[in-house]
Amino acid sequence: MNYLAFSAPLSALVLAPFLQSVINRTKATLAGRQGQPLLQPYHDLWKLLRKGAVYSSVTTVIFRLGPTVSLATGIMALFLLPLGGFPAPLAFAGDFLLLAYLLGLGRFFTVLAALDTGSSFEGMGASREVLFSSLAEPALLLALATLCRLTDASSLSAMLAGVNQDLWLGTLPALLIVICTLGVVLLAENCRIPVDDPTTHLELTMIHEVMVLDHSGPDLAFNNYGATLKLWVFSAILAGLVMPLWQALGLPPWLAFGAGMLTVAIAIGVTESVMARLRMDRVPKLLLSASLLATLALFLQQR
Amino acid sequence: MKMLLESLLLALILSNLVLLGSTRVRNYVKVIALQGFILGLLTLLLHLGALSIHTLLLSGGSILLKSLVFPWLLIRAIREADVHASVEPFVGYNASLIIGVLLLPFCFWLASRLPAQLMPTMASSLPIALFTMASGLFLIVARKKALTQVVGYLVLENGIYVSALALVGEIPWIVELGVLLDIFVAVFVMGIALYQINREFDHIYTDQLSSLKG
Repeated sequence: MNYLAFSAPLSALVLAPFLQSVINRTKATLAGRQGQPLLQPYHDLWKLLRKGAVYSSVTTVIFRLGPTVSLATGIMALFLLPLGGFPAPLAFAGDFLLLAYLLGLGRFFTVLAALDTGSSFEGMGASREVLFSSLAEPALLLALATLCRLTDASSLSAMLAGVNQDLWLGTLPALLIVICTLGVVLLAENCRIPVDDPTTHLELTMIHEVMVLDHSGPDLAFNNYGATLKLWVFSAILAGLVMPLWQALGLPPWLAFGAGMLTVAIAIGVTESVMARLRMDRVPKLLLSASLLATLALFLQQR
Repeated sequence: MKMLLESLLLALILSNLVLLGSTRVRNYVKVIALQGFILGLLTLLLHLGALSIHTLLLSGGSILLKSLVFPWLLIRAIREADVHASVEPFVGYNASLIIGVLLLPFCFWLASRLPAQLMPTMASSLPIALFTMASGLFLIVARKKALTQVVGYLVLENGIYVSALALVGEIPWIVELGVLLDIFVAVFVMGIALYQINREFDHIYTDQLSSLKG
């Protein structure tokens, strides 16, 4: 057994909340605030884990299952994800489909748990989450399929290993479209600002946050940690795509990957700082445009 | 060189899609300016090997006209005729976008069926020229306001220009100057017509023009 292969998911498990705090710090700096300490997400998780969970008497076992399943699928997704020079522990042809549907399964259970509470607000959030993610899914799959065509590989590890400086020079337009599409999908799937505001606390406008209103203690910690892992998964794919730019500066692969991760996190922070939230009915157009862009790239590549 | 060309052509496709999906009249003007700039760069890139004073003047003039003068005329028309900011489509924005992306494969198919002698350097641009023409036509048909028809006309002309680059390569500069003058006059006249329509009927909805008889 090659223990080195597990370094990718393990470092992801440890570093994922840190990605969140880099985004927070970027937003704070741009807004002229000092921002919370870089280790705050870890403290928050630890605080929640020590608390007890409160369960409403009308909820069933599905409500208790939701956070656990969403965390478990997030962790499983990490095992398919290569990290810098390190390949993923699991790689097989078509594993990017498994990745997409693992995240889908996690979301499905979060939605079920939200519906299980019987609260009208949570039902509203669940309906929005399902609508937006069903529109984001074609964009994600089409972008990954384009990447598949670009690199002639069918597993996530091979695909991201195939993205090198030659590919950047040879197929720059298609690659840029893929990066844009995946960026939009990242923002939508992780409830980032043009789609949803992660810091908002008004139930009428929240999407993801409203679904986890009834969770408490360790369940909420699981949910938040699962969301962080999901953000890590999308950022890692994007970081793998921009990595060759850093490698061109002479950085070794693992450092280039770290720099890529930081680039993505700062880009998210800047996007969130300079953009306002889109009106709810504008979001489908954004996601549709992303899907159509990916279709365009796939078509131009297929020719 | 080849990649630069492909990037420019892709930018042209994307600008067409932006036109199909945008909801604001001002965005139209911006995209028209951008398209003029892309076309100027395209011309310059094609003649990069043998740069003459003619090509420089021609691409410079076309950039000047298409990305500065036309937008200025259009913005003036918008201001004078007091055009409301939104585009008001017959076919919705999302549907327009989907139709646009479906048009693209059709244009590639059409270009592959045309028995045309293509310039080897610009062979990939014929389908994109067809696509630009198709989106110009679509804008003319699918939007309500008279102003968007001017925009559609300009996009159509841009498409014809790119197809000329693909088919002929070097357009005689006297022809090119004539065409530029024609569109200039057309946009100028359309701006005035727009103003008159607005003053006469208090709106510029073309779908209501046909019911004005008697």
